[in-house]
Amino acid sequence: MPQRNVPLRKHKDEKERATRDGFGDALLSLGESDPRVIVLCADLAESTRTLAFKEKYPDRYIEVGVAEQNLAALASGFAAMGKVPFVASYAAFSPGRNYEQIRTTIALNRQKVIIAGMHAGISVGPDGATHQMLEDLGLMCMLPNMTVINPADALEARKATLAAAMHDGPVYLRFSRETSPNVTTERTPFVLGKANLLLDAAKPDVAIVATGTLVSQALIAAKALANDFAVTVLNVHTLKPLDIPGILKQAERAGAVVTVEEHQLRGGFGSAVAQCLGTFAPMPLELVGVSDRFGQSGTPSELLTEYGLSAAYIAAAARKAYHRKRDA
Amino acid sequence: MSVTDAQVLRIETMAAKIRASIIEMLVAAGSGHTAGPLGMADVFAAFYFHILNHNPKKPEWKDRDRLVLSNGHIVPVRYATMAHAGYFPVKELLTLRKFGSRLQGHPERTRLPGLETTSGPLGSGLSQAAGMAYAARMDNQKMRVYCFMSDGEQDAGNIWEAAMFVGANRLSNLTAIIDRNNIQINGMTESVMPLEPLRSKYQAFGWHVLDVDGHNIEAICDAVDEAKAIYEKPTVIIAHTIPGKGVSEIEFDYRWHGKPPSAQEAAVFLRELRSLRGKVRGEHE
Repeated sequence: MPQRNVPLRKHKDEKERATRDGFGDALLSLGESDPRVIVLCADLAESTRTLAFKEKYPDRYIEVGVAEQNLAALASGFAAMGKVPFVASYAAFSPGRNYEQIRTTIALNRQKVIIAGMHAGISVGPDGATHQMLEDLGLMCMLPNMTVINPADALEARKATLAAAMHDGPVYLRFSRETSPNVTTERTPFVLGKANLLLDAAKPDVAIVATGTLVSQALIAAKALANDFAVTVLNVHTLKPLDIPGILKQAERAGAVVTVEEHQLRGGFGSAVAQCLGTFAPMPLELVGVSDRFGQSGTPSELLTEYGLSAAYIAAAARKAYHRKRDA
Repeated sequence: MSVTDAQVLRIETMAAKIRASIIEMLVAAGSGHTAGPLGMADVFAAFYFHILNHNPKKPEWKDRDRLVLSNGHIVPVRYATMAHAGYFPVKELLTLRKFGSRLQGHPERTRLPGLETTSGPLGSGLSQAAGMAYAARMDNQKMRVYCFMSDGEQDAGNIWEAAMFVGANRLSNLTAIIDRNNIQINGMTESVMPLEPLRSKYQAFGWHVLDVDGHNIEAICDAVDEAKAIYEKPTVIIAHTIPGKGVSEIEFDYRWHGKPPSAQEAAVFLRELRSLRGKVRGEHE
């Protein structure tokens, strides 16, 4: 297996930001445009990027304290009265601790609550396994009525947050603490449930379908593979509803697929793609994600390598998929 | 808005009809909870036939009072009360827990208008009621929010997260009612997980606390009037009830928490309920 981690490269003149920063930006514009929008936070205003909203709209910011079960069920009550509540905490606690409240009072009860799960994934780094939420996407995708979005960069996070506010129904938004390179631009369209092709090829050999901030690693991997075979990269920002036609189209063009996620493989994005391909178009498939392990303290870069999530591993998975297809 | 003797008589008559309906629907369903619904029939009758500002013909009316039932398992008493109040035909009660029914085993807002929320898993109703009360205050809406809870449910941590929030925010437009019937599935509340002193627990969380006889209509109405008059803090009414009230074989027996009567038992119980002619004697009278 490759050991070297390809460093993330910054585009010149571009300030790298975290997806949570895009969330904070969107909340401020929503505060201005929609008086129904309120924010409930469980003692994490600064790190969930809700502080600016709190300062600008103090009457619409509700402090809940360290009480995530109350956080979720309160939001359901606000939504029942016509408010559009955003609840902000770390993904490890919300939905980690309050899953039943989300299931019963928000999803089954069909209340439009937007759950923002911060510090998701292993890239939280030094905080260690307790705070590295790797099961949230699976938990939320399993809930009927729930829409699940995992933006790839700060720009997309902003658009995803605005889209969630417009959506008729509960939404889970996943955000990262670490900054990540922009893989989209201001002009990249964001349509809920519609994946974006970020890198195309005339005759693709392997399709990399990726979600979240690892999309940038997928693009680095694609670049590293450029001399070997042709790769496409699809950014799947909405996990539910999953863009099955969009994924199938790229899969069938290439004939081999690699999935990429910063999440447990069991029950995550790769599982969903495998279900889709297994049902409609069986073909060589390699899954990049966390394989039934908890995380640990370390730098994001160290952890991406240790858990096999970095560009080098994505490239290796693409080579494996390519050879499996060729040898079949 | 004190309650007149004639109103009390009417409410008691409705409570007797509600109790009979509960027995009938549980027999038809073949499963469900018996003791809790019977014990809360007087409180529900007092609310739907006197206290609540509501309109059965317009269940989504914006300015209605909100009644959140946190302990969803006693929903047969709410269904029976709503049917007798005119929300839907009384005969629909016999569809309880059946396939295709709007009357799910535990209440679902999206299936039956007027339920306000979906509940069953215990401990989250007070949070939802708090969200409603806070939102109403933000928008200067005058409606009131009521949250019915069980006593066994007070074991849940979520309740105390909500109690702390409601106390801290002085949500005086919210009134909680705890069905203090002293039973839960595994036995008496004080042996499963002691709640006492319940009164001083809520006081410590910033609530005004009232104890009432949950079978005394006048006392229930007076307590709610007092809660409405208090602006500086929320109120919790601890309603002391007898589980299974009205049917002597069920009263005080925790084994009736989670099972329905058989058809033979129901015939005996209904005869007893009807012989009372609406008059259920309060223990504290």
